[in-house]
Parts: sequence; structure tokens; C-alpha cells
Amino acid sequence: MRVHFTEFGKVRFISHRDAARAFERAFRIEQLPLAFTLGFSPRPKVSFGLALSVGHESDAEYLDFELAEEIPLEPLAAALSAALPEGIDVPAVVALADRAPALQEAVSAVEWNIELTVDDEVTGTPMITPEIVEHRVEALMAAPTLVLERVRKGRTASEDIRPAFRRMTVLGPTEGGILVGVELATRPMSVRPAELVAALGSEFREGRVRRTRQWIERGSERLDPLAADPRIALEARAS
Amino acid sequence: MTSLWPRIEPLLAGVEKPARYIGMERGSQVPVHRPGSVSWLLVYPDTYEIGLPNQGLQILYEILNERDDAVAERSYAPWLDLAAALREHAVPLFSVDTHRAASDFDIVAFNLSAELVYTNLLECLDLAGIPIRSEQRSETDPLVVAGGHSTFNPEPMADFVDAFVIGDGEEPVGEMTECVRTWQGGGRPGGRVGLLRALASVPGVYVPSMYSVEFDGPVLRSVTPRYSDVPAVVDKRTVADLADWPYPKQQLVPLIEVVHDRLNVELFRGCTRGCRFCQAGMITRPVRERPTEQVRNMVANGLRRTGYDEVALTSLSSADFSGIDNLVSDLVNDQIGCGNVGVSLPSLRVDAFTVGIASEIQKVRRTGLTFAPEGGSWRLRQVINKLITEEDLYSAVEGAYSQGWRRVKLYFLVGLPTEMDEDTLGIAELARNVVKVGKQYTKQASCTVSVGGFVPKAHTPFQWFGQNGTEELHRKINMLRDDLRKTAATVRWHDPKATFAEGIASRGDRRIGAVIERVWRAGGTFQEWSEHFQLGRWLDAMAAEGLDPDWFVTRHRTEDEVLPWDHIAAGLHRDFLWQDWQASLQAHGLPDCRWTPCYDCGVCTDYALEHVVASSVPPAGGSQGTGQDLTLGGAVPVMLSPTRVPT
Repeated sequence: MRVHFTEFGKVRFISHRDAARAFERAFRIEQLPLAFTLGFSPRPKVSFGLALSVGHESDAEYLDFELAEEIPLEPLAAALSAALPEGIDVPAVVALADRAPALQEAVSAVEWNIELTVDDEVTGTPMITPEIVEHRVEALMAAPTLVLERVRKGRTASEDIRPAFRRMTVLGPTEGGILVGVELATRPMSVRPAELVAALGSEFREGRVRRTRQWIERGSERLDPLAADPRIALEARAS
Repeated sequence: MTSLWPRIEPLLAGVEKPARYIGMERGSQVPVHRPGSVSWLLVYPDTYEIGLPNQGLQILYEILNERDDAVAERSYAPWLDLAAALREHAVPLFSVDTHRAASDFDIVAFNLSAELVYTNLLECLDLAGIPIRSEQRSETDPLVVAGGHSTFNPEPMADFVDAFVIGDGEEPVGEMTECVRTWQGGGRPGGRVGLLRALASVPGVYVPSMYSVEFDGPVLRSVTPRYSDVPAVVDKRTVADLADWPYPKQQLVPLIEVVHDRLNVELFRGCTRGCRFCQAGMITRPVRERPTEQVRNMVANGLRRTGYDEVALTSLSSADFSGIDNLVSDLVNDQIGCGNVGVSLPSLRVDAFTVGIASEIQKVRRTGLTFAPEGGSWRLRQVINKLITEEDLYSAVEGAYSQGWRRVKLYFLVGLPTEMDEDTLGIAELARNVVKVGKQYTKQASCTVSVGGFVPKAHTPFQWFGQNGTEELHRKINMLRDDLRKTAATVRWHDPKATFAEGIASRGDRRIGAVIERVWRAGGTFQEWSEHFQLGRWLDAMAAEGLDPDWFVTRHRTEDEVLPWDHIAAGLHRDFLWQDWQASLQAHGLPDCRWTPCYDCGVCTDYALEHVVASSVPPAGGSQGTGQDLTLGGAVPVMLSPTRVPT
């Protein structure tokens, strides 16, 4: 099964791990017949997609789980939403084909809406306009490389993060700043929204950040994770 | 009177674990504050992770919100990063439920379950914009209330707390609500003092400003009521039968990981084992067991509601619950209808821990096992009246190792009355033998020896005992570490310096309030966190107030001395406590009075209460009070239920 969920509002302050625990409890509250791993300490077969950082919202989070027996699919989304904390909702659950690739490997691109703000204690009055941001975005996308010092496994290494930037557009002003829409590849390396904000300019701060899409790309195809590996038989039954 | 959330939200981006401050737990409430309803803010003055699971706070939260005339919300001490941000941006302390300012509540009530959180109470008040001293508060400031075990000696906090609730809070919170409502509805007669005077008449409520305290040099002479309608002695409140209080019905399920992150169901309150060091056991008498059927329902409903897969059956000594074996067995074998659940039994007594229980609880998950022999020799365990034999301990750990546990934790106190080095080294001897028992079952057998410095507490037979100083505790701990070097036993210990500060706050009188204020003003919050604790702050504060720390901490008290908590009654007769103190010095043990004739400690007789047990059969294990000859010491055999081979 693949669950699509969203995370908005106060609950965005929980960590990825906290969200995982909330789902595990929701599965038990709804008494879903989860499949368990074999072995000394059996664990439910649940695998989460890309992590969502503390403070970030999302329209597009996913997790996969396996059931030990078939159950009606229809009521599942609403039932899980009710058992989850306020602010985490499940718009859809679909049955996956056997041996569907794991989310973590399958997802190759993500889209974000990132609000840029300016720390007004530094500059006095916030001087941020769509035009300024537009210039920075153009400059960044025009640059052939963008080398960053990053800490990986305890070692600092120089990495060119420019290949991850697919598309960047200024969406317009918000109450406290400027909203930028971004599409980032997750391979060969992923880029954090905070790194992107810093790359646009050291005076910018990260305001509200929201993941809007995740994509599974296969050849020239670009698929929503819910549509990537459907299990046809079960879907037909559910409809 | 509105939500502070828009002002709090931007601050959360810059703090550690922001989800501490968002509320929204399953089971949390969004109460509607109505005119005429009395609003309570229940504050646990430590981090969210420590405070959220507190059952006392959750019980009162539900009871108050069920009332038509009250609403209750919660708050926890903001961590240092948020505290600084709140001050910088002039945002006051808030509730996590509706993010309402603390000063908007009628009553701000603190849970004081340990003394080292005292400075955090001042921090919370200050962040709330409420004057920290009672005398500085005006009619518009909230009433500041405190309850919890530490309030059995309220005097160190008497300058800051308007009213203490002594004992079980279930009933007095309702009576206080009515008292405040009547006062508010009646045009606030007599102003703030009028309210305090009215509260002083609520049974179990101690209003320190209604008493005058006389000293003669350093010596406390008396604490006497200033008005005739104020009681000379405040008796604790006791819920007679837990069956009437099946709370919490909707245990909170936090969004982030907290301590005791599982379903907690209270098996019983009170303990009659009579361990002389144990304040909790002394002040919560008599034993009140919850009916087994109610326990089963609370477990079943709780698991279904929360989605937890582990339940802790809590009490001061869970294996003593009559019928514990059947309960645990039914739980793990899914006789309660919630699937397989892990069961943990905190506070296990070795003499009541049987192989039967061990084999049952390991079926689902091997939760951590901690046993608390407390003393290293049979003689010392007679002194402290923890009458468990070496064989009890070895049988219990054998039960554990034989059922697959590889590590057990043993808890001991050092600095106990009459303790000699051979007693301290007895801890090492026990630990070595425990490992030896374990090695018969697994090569990896090990044990953790956790050592705490003993702090004598009010309303115990050891309230007269002079605590060991920091050097003496260090010496004993180091001796133990040396003796257990290169063994499979790991020694962990509590910082003797923190033990010393706890000693100041535990048996202090009203003069200690100024010391606590100084420690807080010097930046001493979160004193239970070793990285934030400095004994220097406490000693500097004592010196500045002209008080001798040793007079408060290491000095033995005399029989005729007025103790700072003599006007607070836990029901235990002073004569009884003194006799028990004398008996302890003779290494004379006293059996569990549940299964033996009453020896008249005073609680049941004075308060017309009785022990309530769920079953008339004593628990399976036990050398204490089960008719075995105590004088035999190490030779007493233990009855074990038959070993069940796990399938």
C-alpha cells in the first residue's frame, strides 16, 4: 500500500521520526493487519519516503506499508486521517504492485515552495522585492557550477550542487517575503532548502517552506508516486 | 485573552525541539474559557519530555475539564533557548493547549515532585510576568498553587506559593475551584487576602501567609496560625478508593518522544512495605489497590485509544499488587483483547518478582528490569527496612537471566544511617554474585549498579538523620567503583553535589526561600540537569543569607526539635516515626502491615481509612510480611511460581 499524506500548520514542528511514530500508532488504533518482518524482533513492514525536516510543511509525503491480509481500501484514507494528529491528513491510499521499488530510491525529483525573508534586525527595514530575488535566481541558474563546503559522514568535502537545480521561478510576494518555486533533483545529491536559500544570498532567511510535489522519473516518464506502480486488480476492486 | 500563537510561532524556528510547545497531543483539550468558570493552568516545572507523562497532572487536567465551572490547560518549563527568546521578544509563558498567556488564568498550579525543580517554578512565574513572591502579588495576579510529594515540606517554597495542596489532589481541586468561584462571584470580598483566608479553610490546603514563623537564633521555635479559623495542622488529603477515580481516561499521546512513552495505568497508590528512607511510601499510606477489572478496562481502552503497544502498570511496588501474575499473564496472552503488548513493571521488588512474571513479560518484549535492593548488606537492609534477602535478589535475577535477559539494573543508596564501609562494599559483592548467576545462562551477562546519595525526607523515620556530606559520598562511590573495576558490573552514580543541594531544599525551613531565589537569580534553572547544576550557586546563596549548609544538611536532628514540617500531617504519628527511627538504629525490621496486625502508624486510624486490596491473597513472592522468619537473614527461601517454558 502507498499512503499519500500532507502535513500543515503547528504539526510541521515535529520531526520525520515523530511522524513515523504517529503513523505506527495510527495503524494500531485502526487495527490494520500489518505484515511483520520475520526474525528475532519482528517489525511492521512500513517504509517511509524522503525525510521532511522539522518546520517544513508538505502537500506531498508518502509512505509504503504491507498488509498481512487484504482489507477494503475505500475507508482507509479517512480512517488514518482520523487516527493521525491534527494537521496530518491522508488524501489517498493506493495498492501497490508486488515488488514496487522503494520510495527512497524511486523518487528522483521534488518541488518546493520556499519563502525568502530578510532578517530585519540586520538591515533595519526589510528590503526584499520580487525583482531583487528575480536577479538572484537568474544569476544562480546561469552559473555553471555552485561549489559548497558540505559535511558528509563527519568529513568536509567540496560539492557542486548546481546539477540539482532544475527550475526556479519567483512566484510573488507573501506577507513576510518572497515565494520561490523550485524543482530539485534528489540525485546524485540532494539539496536542502536552507542551502538553496543561502545560495541565493546570505541576507535571505528561510520563511515558510512547503514541499509541493515528489516525482518518480522513468525514462521520459514523470510519475506521481501514487500512480507509479499501481496494483491494478486491487484498484479495480476499490472503485 | 487571545492566543499568543502568532507571536510564538516565529520564535519556534530557532529553538530545539519546537514540538514541545505546540500541544495537539491525542487526548488534549481545547477548553472554552467562559465567564464564571475558574481557569487553571497546570504547570510541570521541567521540560515537556519529563513533564508530559506526569500522571498527577493529567488526572487533574481531566477532572477539572469535566467540571462545568472550571477549565484547565497545561504548560511546561520552556527550555533555555525558548526562555531567552520569550524574554527578548517580550512574549509571556503560555499554555500549550490554546497558547494563552499564563497570567490570563485564575490559578497557576505547579506540580512539585522533586526539590531540584524549585528554581524552575520561579523561572516560570517570572516568564509569566507574575511577581515571584506571594506578598508582591496584587488582586489581578493569578493564584499560585503547588501540589506533589515535595510539598509535604512546603516551607522552602512558602515565600512563592500562595497555597499548597497536601496529598491526593483529586478532591481538593474541586473544592478550591468552588472557593475561588464564590469569591469572584461575590465581588472578591477581602481582596486577595480574603481569598487566601478562605482557601486556608479548605481541608488539605496550606496557605503559608496565614502562619507566623518564629526563630530563636538558628533554631525554629514555632509555626502558628495567625487566625483562629486557620488550622494549626494541615492534614493531607487521601482518596479513599481508587475505584472512584478511573483517571486518566484519555491519557495524552505526545507527538515527540518523552520519558515513559507508553500507556501508564496506576495499579495502586500507597505502600505499606515501610521502607524507612522512602518518603513516597510513607506519605501515601494506606494502600489503595484499583479493582482488577478496572485495571483491565483501563488498559484495554487505553491501548485502543492511544495506539501504544506497551503498558506500564505503575505504583510504588507493582509486583505487590494482589493478583499481579494473572493480570500480567492475561495482558501478554491477549486475554484483554488488544493484541500482544509489552508490559513493564516499574519499581519491582525482588522478593515479589517471580520467574512466572519474568517468563510472561518477556513473551512480547524484554523491557528493562531494575531491582532496588537499596542496601548492600542484610544488616543495612534491616536498618532501612527493605527486608529482601540475598536469596530474594539472586532468585529474581536468576528468573530474569533464565528468561533471556542479559542485563539487569540494580539500584542502591549510599549514605544511609549506620552505614559502614563493609555495607558499601556489600553492594559490590552483590553485583559480582548477580553477574555470576547470570553467567550460568549467558556469557554476556552483566549488570548496572546505579548509586544514589541518600537524602533524608520529611515525614519519614529518617527525617532526624544527618545526611552524608559530599566528600563522604564521593569516598563511598569511589570505593565501590574501585572494587568493581574490571568486572561485568558498570557503576553509575548520582552527583553527590546535587544530592547536597537536594538536602538543603528537602529539609529546609522558610529561610531557604531566599536561598532558592538567589540560586534562580544567579541563573540556576534546570537544576536536575547535571550540565546546568553548580553547587557553588547554592553555597554562595547560603553564605549570602548567613545560613550554614551543614546545619541544614548533615546535622542530626534531636527528638525535641521543632521540624519545619511539623504543622503538616501525613497521618503518621510523630511517636511512631521516632520509635521506627530508634528501631532502625537497632537494625530491627518491621513487616508489611497489609498482611500482619496493625502497628498503629496513625494513618488509617486517624483518617478512618482502610487498606483496599484487589484480592485477599498476598502476592506470590515475598519474604516480608508473609510469615517467614526475618531473623534468619540470608537463609530465607523464596517461593517461586513454576517456570513456564516460553513457546
